[in-house]
Amino acid sequence: MNIQKQRPGFWTIVSNGLLALWALIVMFPMVWVIYSALKTDQEIFFSPWSLPASPQWNNFVRAWSDAHIGKFFLNTMIVIIPAIFFTVMLSAMVSYVLARFPFPGNKLVLYFFMSGMLFPVFLALVPLFFLLNTLRMYGTFQGLVMVYIAFSLPFTVFFLTGFFRTIPSALHEAAIIDGANQYQVFYMIMLPLAKAGLLSMGIFNFLGQWNQYILPLVLLTDSKKYVISQGLAFLALEQKYQNDWSGLFAAIVIVMIPTLLIYILFQSQIQKGLTAGALKG
Amino acid sequence: MYRHKYRLIIPFLFPALALYITFVVYPYGRSMYVAFTKWRGLTVAPKFAGLANFSRMIGDKYFWNALGNNITYLIFIPLCTIALSLFLAFMLSQGARFSQVYRVIFFFPQVMSVISIGVLWSYVYHPTIGMLTSILKFFRLEPLFQLLGFESIPVWMGDPKTALYCIGAVVIWQSAGFYMVLFLAAMQGIPDSYYEAASLDGASRWKMFWKITLPLLWDSVRVASVYSGMAAFNMFALTRVMTNAQQGPNRSTDVLATYLYEKAFQSSRFGYATAIAVSLFLITLTFSMVFLHLTPREKLEYS
Repeated sequence: MNIQKQRPGFWTIVSNGLLALWALIVMFPMVWVIYSALKTDQEIFFSPWSLPASPQWNNFVRAWSDAHIGKFFLNTMIVIIPAIFFTVMLSAMVSYVLARFPFPGNKLVLYFFMSGMLFPVFLALVPLFFLLNTLRMYGTFQGLVMVYIAFSLPFTVFFLTGFFRTIPSALHEAAIIDGANQYQVFYMIMLPLAKAGLLSMGIFNFLGQWNQYILPLVLLTDSKKYVISQGLAFLALEQKYQNDWSGLFAAIVIVMIPTLLIYILFQSQIQKGLTAGALKG
Repeated sequence: MYRHKYRLIIPFLFPALALYITFVVYPYGRSMYVAFTKWRGLTVAPKFAGLANFSRMIGDKYFWNALGNNITYLIFIPLCTIALSLFLAFMLSQGARFSQVYRVIFFFPQVMSVISIGVLWSYVYHPTIGMLTSILKFFRLEPLFQLLGFESIPVWMGDPKTALYCIGAVVIWQSAGFYMVLFLAAMQGIPDSYYEAASLDGASRWKMFWKITLPLLWDSVRVASVYSGMAAFNMFALTRVMTNAQQGPNRSTDVLATYLYEKAFQSSRFGYATAIAVSLFLITLTFSMVFLHLTPREKLEYS
């Protein structure tokens, strides 16, 4: 667009100034917490703005081990690695069938899955709590993994069904003629072709499950088993940690790092994936 | 080529359907029954109570207080978020410099964990070490707050007059970049020639925004408003973490989700809590339907 070349001046200065101002408002709290995490508690209290006199890496060590952020980190990995893997695998299987095999009720199955996006999660909490108790899965990682998968299916199935529909069927037919069976076609041809879609959904579910708070809050009560967002909230809420600001700030930074890395690596897929969710209606 | 297709279809659908029905469909369905029961403990079974929970809700001032707070959010979160993000998107689409960098920065809070954002912002609002108060003091803005009826700079999360808006501001801060990306995608569909023609006719940017951009983006704006409004009803994690799991001063930040969580998992009133959840769902649904019905669909198209 080249309009600004015809009319330089006022508009350009104002719009660039406002954009820079918003960038500052977005970045500043994050930059502030990162450098504050390297300060001593005295520095944070008496000079909240200044840079650390000497970086206190020890804050991170304290957050990681004494405040159990390391443990919460590990717990989260134990839950989300299988949860993401099975969410993507099971959704890919469903989506492949729905996109490729016409059968009576095909559309109905898709709508059935998609209807899960209509309800707020709060509506399910009480029955879910009792269901996991009955199944003896309450307070266990297995229970949480199952619940994460189940709640991630609607959007993942919706997204991947659209994705599988765009893959041309010629390759599929050629493989069948060459004598491959349907399972081989799925694992050896369709999955590799759908790699980009599977990756998007892996990232999407990573972000959602890493940040998940309400489900573990209701379904895990043992503080040794807390996942990361629950653990960080626990640290912040428990009064005992309110005197150790530097440790808490270090904990916030540790929780931010994985999302920041994933975001930097995959930012364009993430923007596309998340906004696709908003336009589904 | 699709012989024996059910040998594939059934085993491929079964595991996902089984998990989905057990952990999603069953709890949602069951809650429609639980909402009509009296259920007070872990060991006793729910007892059918008809509409008792709902009639109780009508007389429960804490329910109305929480709903009122949701409605306050519903009014000001979508309005501010959409206005801000439209404005940012328009400036970026008009060929601002570093637009790619701005996109990346503005979107980032959307992927951050709500909990870390909440903890982070409760320190931004901290009355002694927080940056907000320090900035206002640095610019000597105390008189401004005296004009607004405060004694001095408010204590933000500790003041019932400001706490709710402090949390709402974080939601706007977090999601403006997300809606901006959404609007930018839609703005890319508007042909440059429209702006060029308007520019030749001497139209100002302000006029171009109102006469070209906004009308052509109207459908995206409607969808985004509904989406943002639903977020106002789903407030929970941020509220909880920014108020130390209390309800804010004088319950001033309590919303339906935090209230029903308290009723269920702190007071063991499972039936009543679920009835509140059902109301929350129905209110959200009604809002979306009414909003989409009342706002005109735009008939303008690029030809």
